[in-house]
Amino acid sequence: MPDLSTNCGGIKSPNPFWLASAPPANSAGQVQRAFDAGWGGAVWKTLGVPIQNVSSRFGATVIRGVQGAGFNNIELITDRSLEINFKEIYDTKKKYPKHAIIVSLMVETKDEWKDIIKRSVDAGGDGIELNFGCPHGMCERGMGSAVGQEPKVNQEITSWAVDFSSVPVLVKLTPNVSDILPHGLAAKRGGAAGVSLINTIKSIIGVDIDRFVPEPRVAGLSTNGGYCGAAVKPIALHMVAALARDERFKLPISGIGGVCNWRDAVEFILLGSSSVQVCTEVMLRGYRIVEDMIEGLDDYMRSHHFEKLDDMIGKAVPAFSEWGDLDLNYETIAKIDPQKCIGCHLCVTACMDGAHQCIFPQESTRVPRIDESECVGCNLCKIVCPVPECISMVDVDNGFKPSTWNEHVEAGKVLRPKKGAH
Amino acid sequence: MAGLSRDRSESVFEDYKGEYSRDQAVAEANRCLFCTDAPCVKACPTHIDIPQFIRKIATENVKGSARTIFEANILGMSCARVCPVEVLCVGDCVYNAMHMPPIQIGKLQRYSTDKAFDQKWRFFEAGKDTNKSVGLIGGGPASLACAHELRRFGHRVTLYEKRPTLGGLNTTGVAPYKMKAERSIDEIEWILGIGGIDVKCGVEIGEDVPLDALEKKHDAIFFGAGLGADTSLGIPGEDLANVFGAVEWIEQLKTSRVTTEGVKHCVIVGGGNTALDCLREARGLGIERVTMLYRRIETQMSGYIHEWKAAEMAGCRVEWQSLPTAFEGQGRVERVQCQRVDKTSFTLDAELVLVAIGQSKLGALLGALAGIRIDKGRVVTDDSGFTGRPKWFAGGDCANGGKEVVNGAAEGKTAARAIHEFLARSR
Repeated sequence: MPDLSTNCGGIKSPNPFWLASAPPANSAGQVQRAFDAGWGGAVWKTLGVPIQNVSSRFGATVIRGVQGAGFNNIELITDRSLEINFKEIYDTKKKYPKHAIIVSLMVETKDEWKDIIKRSVDAGGDGIELNFGCPHGMCERGMGSAVGQEPKVNQEITSWAVDFSSVPVLVKLTPNVSDILPHGLAAKRGGAAGVSLINTIKSIIGVDIDRFVPEPRVAGLSTNGGYCGAAVKPIALHMVAALARDERFKLPISGIGGVCNWRDAVEFILLGSSSVQVCTEVMLRGYRIVEDMIEGLDDYMRSHHFEKLDDMIGKAVPAFSEWGDLDLNYETIAKIDPQKCIGCHLCVTACMDGAHQCIFPQESTRVPRIDESECVGCNLCKIVCPVPECISMVDVDNGFKPSTWNEHVEAGKVLRPKKGAH
Repeated sequence: MAGLSRDRSESVFEDYKGEYSRDQAVAEANRCLFCTDAPCVKACPTHIDIPQFIRKIATENVKGSARTIFEANILGMSCARVCPVEVLCVGDCVYNAMHMPPIQIGKLQRYSTDKAFDQKWRFFEAGKDTNKSVGLIGGGPASLACAHELRRFGHRVTLYEKRPTLGGLNTTGVAPYKMKAERSIDEIEWILGIGGIDVKCGVEIGEDVPLDALEKKHDAIFFGAGLGADTSLGIPGEDLANVFGAVEWIEQLKTSRVTTEGVKHCVIVGGGNTALDCLREARGLGIERVTMLYRRIETQMSGYIHEWKAAEMAGCRVEWQSLPTAFEGQGRVERVQCQRVDKTSFTLDAELVLVAIGQSKLGALLGALAGIRIDKGRVVTDDSGFTGRPKWFAGGDCANGGKEVVNGAAEGKTAARAIHEFLARSR
């Protein structure tokens, strides 16, 4: 039986599924119900000087009827007193000693950091997470992403926190930067035990087109919020992998951003995460989603003969390469299974309008014809096809030896003739 | 409109397929795959761009959705209700090939077109006057679609209808659990809203206006007279009270009242869609036992299987491979003598008999006009609706032998374009 337990920068939990610092981890009642449902850890909603929130706070994107494919919020850190929060952390930790409780923090001065970290550790926190990521509200007051966007400030505050803390310190990074690497390295220089990323992306989720006000609307105004949910996963995966593959970094990563199910979690783990944090999908569907996440991960590990999480962490990182190192002579083409094709012709239009004009309707049948001599193997037809496994991308042996762009430029390696460049 | 009583038997029927709320429509619309060169469009005689109108429902551009529908089929509101979508658009939805529920195209079309009607949206204007005049014989779906299209081209249009109401079978013949007469009338008012369609109800061409006078008066003529009276069986007792031709009985049901007093058992003769409608109509009126007599077997019925299944679900029965040989009773029908194909005979008690074995063809009305060919009562035309005699075009049941409303709408519109070209040439 695979061992799902994890150790992320010295923070141990029975499985890698943590609630992210957010509304689902706001109180003892919530966190304890989450642990009962199966969550392995929780990053407590960020503590600091309690704030006052606005109404409303959340917004969501709808794409072809799917609510909340993307999500954003303008909620700030905790609005409850520190005394209550620390008492609840203490009670929860006592009741759930094997689960990880990480306390997310965001304050301003060195003295404030010293005080709040001591109280977090005293309350029983297994780790500290420094919220250097929040891109709305708090950053206007010089905290959150205002810190995360300045490597020097990041490093300095991290080093204070590491000094003050007897438990591991994770730095939560903001994605609102052009390159994540300097920010991860700053946290490392500050002495962090690991990083968590991504925090939310600065965003406007939509506009009320009748009132002429962006959403979420607060009276007659709105403000930029933090974008999250399923739609941000690709951005998060890239930033996680960009850190994971850098030789200078080599810190544990807690992956965050659009994790909705076990598959997403596996992807984050394969790209270097030793735990994953979830918020939006819990907000939309509740704690019970973790049952499927645990089962799915367990079954996946069995089928790939991974005995423990370490066996799979970062497994896909070596394959995350630069474009110049991709084999230009590798060739795939699309094949349609005529038994499965339902004749919708979505692939025809996609290829005609959005790709390389090589899929055509036929007279005698609704199954389209692919001109394989023109097919560039782009995947678009497979993506639009509504029938699973109807279109597959098949390797072609074109007789050319592998050659990358870099090898071609540097050593004159031969490239195969271009396809679809008509 | 004249001819429609306030107190009508059809009022007791409820919609068989309910209407969608906005949320239901949007959810269903979002399931549509937006196929290219879609099979549903090909299956529609009027070729409505179905994926496009459905996408517009999903984005809540309902006005645009309705425009897409009416651009192809001005009778889109009634077709949404009366089309046999199971064998047309819905039957060809690609989801069927995935063994998944097909998109409910009819209900979505009803959603958009009802909203257009309720909101009084108008999409079309009459074209600039061409000073050409077209006479249309018959006021059913084919003629209405033709008239509307001709007005868009700017031609002057006169509609001659021998009955007091327009709409033909769309008004007087559609099963009331699909559509009631007033919805057809409402739709016609909406279509006539384009203006300039001169309606002459109660005028019978050939009787009140001679054909040659009509031909002289107009620059082109569209013949869309539909079908004639119910065909009779020619067996003893057909003149007894409570033995009706099905179309005649349905018309009475829809425009006024039919009586079911003392009717415990209704026997319906035939196996076409009119017979199948009668089954459910008789049940819907509260007649306890309803039996269809059909000379052949289930797979040979001209009626749609899905309609028969619905009738069966409603509790109707059938005697396959059986024919009536005589109706008997004292002034009013009491019994039907029947015979099976194997020559065995049996008797059914019946207090109401509906004979649904077809309607007469009206092509003979034009038989005297040189250049017009009549085949088994149908007016023969080319694909554009041209009869072969200059000025004369035809479409709908009188030409196709009796099909759906949507076929009439398609043929009327196609003919309008051919008439427009003809008028342009003869300028």
